[in-house]
Amino acid sequence: MLAPVQDTSNETRLARARRLRDVEERRTRRFLLAPALLVIGIFGLFPLTISMLYSILTPGTYGGVTWKLSGEAYLQFLFERDIFDGSLSLSSTYLQIYGRSIGLALVATIGALILGFPTAYFIASKPREQRNIWLFLITLPFWTNLLIRTYAILLIIRDEGIINLGLMSVGVIETPLNILYTDGAVFIGLIYSYLPFMVLPLYASLEKLDFKLVEAAYDLYANRFQVLRRIIIPMAKPGIVAGCILVFIPGLGAYITPELLGGGKKLMIGNMIALQFGSSRNWPFGSAAALILMVVVMAALLIYVRNAGKQGAHHG
Amino acid sequence: MVDLSFRRRRMQDLRKQPGFDQIAIACMFVLYAPIVVLVVFSFNDNRSVVRWTEFSFRWYAAAFGNDGIRNATLVSFQVAAFATFFSVIFATMAALATTRTPAFRGQTAAYAIINQPLMVPEIVTAVATLSFFAILKRLTGVTGIGYLMVAHTVFCIPFAYMPIRARLEDMNLSLEQAAADLYATPLRVFWRVTLPLLLPGIFAGAMLAFVVSLDDVIITLLVAGPGETTLPIYILGQIRRGITPEINAVSTLLLGLTLIFVTLFFFLGRKRT
Repeated sequence: MLAPVQDTSNETRLARARRLRDVEERRTRRFLLAPALLVIGIFGLFPLTISMLYSILTPGTYGGVTWKLSGEAYLQFLFERDIFDGSLSLSSTYLQIYGRSIGLALVATIGALILGFPTAYFIASKPREQRNIWLFLITLPFWTNLLIRTYAILLIIRDEGIINLGLMSVGVIETPLNILYTDGAVFIGLIYSYLPFMVLPLYASLEKLDFKLVEAAYDLYANRFQVLRRIIIPMAKPGIVAGCILVFIPGLGAYITPELLGGGKKLMIGNMIALQFGSSRNWPFGSAAALILMVVVMAALLIYVRNAGKQGAHHG
Repeated sequence: MVDLSFRRRRMQDLRKQPGFDQIAIACMFVLYAPIVVLVVFSFNDNRSVVRWTEFSFRWYAAAFGNDGIRNATLVSFQVAAFATFFSVIFATMAALATTRTPAFRGQTAAYAIINQPLMVPEIVTAVATLSFFAILKRLTGVTGIGYLMVAHTVFCIPFAYMPIRARLEDMNLSLEQAAADLYATPLRVFWRVTLPLLLPGIFAGAMLAFVVSLDDVIITLLVAGPGETTLPIYILGQIRRGITPEINAVSTLLLGLTLIFVTLFFFLGRKRT
């Protein structure tokens, strides 16, 4: 009768040792995670709730807010308040800015896809040893300063820029093409800025492409276009979705590109928000606009995560 | 051998799609051409940024003699050094906690929080941080460059975290287990085994954090107080005022700096084969 008792006590001792180890592991983990999570939580996440609060307050005269609840910031998206009698009338000024931004970001995304797909395919079809160099060349501009790259584009497309001077000296055109400070300039700038975001996920998808399938398709008398449409593009679909979202999101919130290349006249959401915290001195409206932008971006990210999840499930 | 190379050539040919190579090469050209033009004209002995006259370091001399640029560089380096130092420490700790461990409760939440600065558009982070700091400044009366440094630390953490975590995941636990078997204390194992093996990842993370901090415009633009002008903010102000080759010179210097860091990152972060 003694033996079983000893057994259970042994077991509990083991269990206790294991529990102690678990407790200690948890304590270590908590200690290791605390600084990063606290810093981001306090200075990254918490300020977003401050923005939510600000968006329902009243703007202060010299910027900032006065602590009086108001839904004015959200009304302002759809309505314009008459300065004299305070009546509301429908106004589409801000909706237009959102529409313009979404449109520009979309067109830039499609442009980046059209340029990025062949580029990613080109890298993926290189011998393995060469791919890293090409990838490095694609990612390098991504790490260099966005402001400087935008300035470089500005230098080139100006009225007195290299493109116009070159075309004029060859005699193709007589007066400079007006590119800078147009939607076209912002479009060029967005593609230029975010092309690497498109190429990298596309490459990740295309790299896994089994070229035996391509070979099989050719054996079955498919032509090159059919192979592209029926084999390569469907296989690269997760990369296409990921790339499009990665270009669309920063494109939508772009600040520098429209600021420098749109000349401040062609506003996008990013500039509109910054303006509210600058000369317009309407922090509540700026906060509301920022939150709405964040909601749109989160929705896009959700599609991305879902897509990534499906891809993971698909590959086991 | 002959057969193999023949087969390889055949495969290469099958992979080709008409026009793709040309578009890819054109993309590469277009990615670099504007930057090359910018750099070339920073060495131009002329006020023009388009008409080449003669090679000269004139604009670099002007840039080095410019107090505004010198101060901005100093501020940039101070902020980047602070943000890099703390973000790398925090990211290393977080990476140690989240890798090579069985799944734990709250793991997904931890990942989400660490990556949060990457998911929210920068302009949103910028205005939210500005609003929060406005309240803090009002409540505490404390002002100064510390706010900017903290803001940079936040968005540097995920960038430092990525390569450190990748490096850790490549390290298997056997060396650490061997050390523990030889009666090394956990702390000793960390200092003598884990940390030395992890160092390339930590350096790579530090490079990224430094570059990301050095290049930041939007958050700095909104959060920085008077006298806290960083180099990119200075350049932005100059561009708004009018284009001079001096901007090209400063930009080239900043580009060169980034290039060095990113190249280092690329070689440090590479997986050993």
